[in-house]
Amino acid sequence: MSDVSKLMSMRDAVARFVHDGDTVVIEGFTHLICFAAGHEIIRQGRTNLTLARLTPDLIYDQMIAAGCARKLVFSWAGNPGVGSLHAFRRAVEGRDGPRLELEEYSHFGMVARFAAGAARLPFWPLRNYMGTDLPRANPYIRTVTCPYTGEPLATVPALHPDVTIVHAQRADAAGNTQIWGLVGVQKEAAFASRRVIVVVEELVDESVIRSDPNRTLIPGMIVDAVVLEPWGAHPSYAQGYYDRDNDFYVAWERISRDPGELRRYLDEFVHGVPDRAAYLEKHPGLETRLQAKQRRSSGVNYGF
Amino acid sequence: MMATVAARELADGEVVFVGIGLPNLACNLARVTHAPNLVLIYESGAVGAVPERLPVSIGDPALVTGSLMVCGMADVFQLILQNGRIDVGFLGGAQVDRYGNINTTVIGPYERPRVRLPGSGGAAEIAIHARRTVVVSKLSPRAFPEQVDFVTSPGHRSGGVRRAELGMPGAGPVRVITDKAILAADAVAGELILAALYPGVTAAEVKASVGWPLESGRDVGCVDPPTARDLELLRCVLDPKKLYLRG
Repeated sequence: MSDVSKLMSMRDAVARFVHDGDTVVIEGFTHLICFAAGHEIIRQGRTNLTLARLTPDLIYDQMIAAGCARKLVFSWAGNPGVGSLHAFRRAVEGRDGPRLELEEYSHFGMVARFAAGAARLPFWPLRNYMGTDLPRANPYIRTVTCPYTGEPLATVPALHPDVTIVHAQRADAAGNTQIWGLVGVQKEAAFASRRVIVVVEELVDESVIRSDPNRTLIPGMIVDAVVLEPWGAHPSYAQGYYDRDNDFYVAWERISRDPGELRRYLDEFVHGVPDRAAYLEKHPGLETRLQAKQRRSSGVNYGF
Repeated sequence: MMATVAARELADGEVVFVGIGLPNLACNLARVTHAPNLVLIYESGAVGAVPERLPVSIGDPALVTGSLMVCGMADVFQLILQNGRIDVGFLGGAQVDRYGNINTTVIGPYERPRVRLPGSGGAAEIAIHARRTVVVSKLSPRAFPEQVDFVTSPGHRSGGVRRAELGMPGAGPVRVITDKAILAADAVAGELILAALYPGVTAAEVKASVGWPLESGRDVGCVDPPTARDLELLRCVLDPKKLYLRG
């Protein structure tokens, strides 16, 4: 039995492990995006952050609007299925004070950056980017000649976040973390990172983890903090727990388009609440609207 | 209409990399009509997805439930796409040019964009690796310039050099489905030419909506309108909330 509990509140985890000027990754591809952590970083007034993620999504739009970000490292900056991220666009199109610095890749490029970081290699080769203008827009996309075939290959540099925050369905107190459904690039991002915060829907006993070890995506040995925060991914989703709040993603189009409206949103739902529990009190009826249906897997025999 | 025409581009049993927006609808229409064995792969990691509801995004939870496999994105891009396992990639674009280059990054110069678009996502690598790509975009002179402002996803020629010489494994954008006509890439020059017209649309109308002197193919066909069953499936079953069908 492991007796090292890394359990702490979101407030303490952010205070201890997220610092001004850090490269921060809150990963999750549509699924398991930890809004609770993003909101706490805004509340604690972190600034000068380099925010990295494949899809900045609403959470980085909110953090950009709140003044947390100096730079964005990304590959697709939109509101999926809806339209634009307007705080991001204002910061890039320059209508709104200082411009946000950008470092832009494609999804494959970002995935490869995390893979290199996770493997502690300086770069990752990929057959990509020929004929595109992306290397012109981003000088970190370079090429190398394959020493075996002579083929030119694109390269991207390793990404080493100072801190990666992963939302998950469940973990034990030591941070052994299980995720199912879309797993995105969380494993690579966590292994690439200097510090890792895991935020979970459910805290479970180590025996639950051990009963299904193939489902563990992130081992406790690389985890610094475990935060229990049910519904902490809302308006993103957690497979088997709650559905994506698509209505909120649609509403974000209207909210984010108007800087005043966006400021009022942050005042009420981020600065105006002390923590996630208070945020949830402001969203009555989420369970009725979004609670996941039962679609259980049949399970397997791990015996020998 | 565009969704139906795009769906017809898919043959049963093919492996298709599904993009966001209209392609999502077209692939799901094909799956419930003529291509029940279509393997839908989403960049989010769902392989062989059978969504019970039209996915709002390409990371929708309905893509996971009942799928054949869910893998990480490193596997999607390396073991499936770069490995050469994708028959068809579906791409949309704010701008499509004469040689099928697609721009989803910026309108105007990169450093000072007039309009900042979302960027590549997985589009650049899909355009490079899928055995062929089908592009879906509404026709207008602004959307179809002679040359795009920024090449996010490469087409048939870049700076006069052909894609094969640049080392791209896939055949590139063979067809462009618009709201008025189908354009196809000329096999030799790689230039987009008029291949077929929607009912009631003239070639002159299409040529006026394109920013280069659009050539006509040898036999410009007429596109069959959607069947009553297609329309019923689209409007009542696949997209009753008009997520993709408005506009």
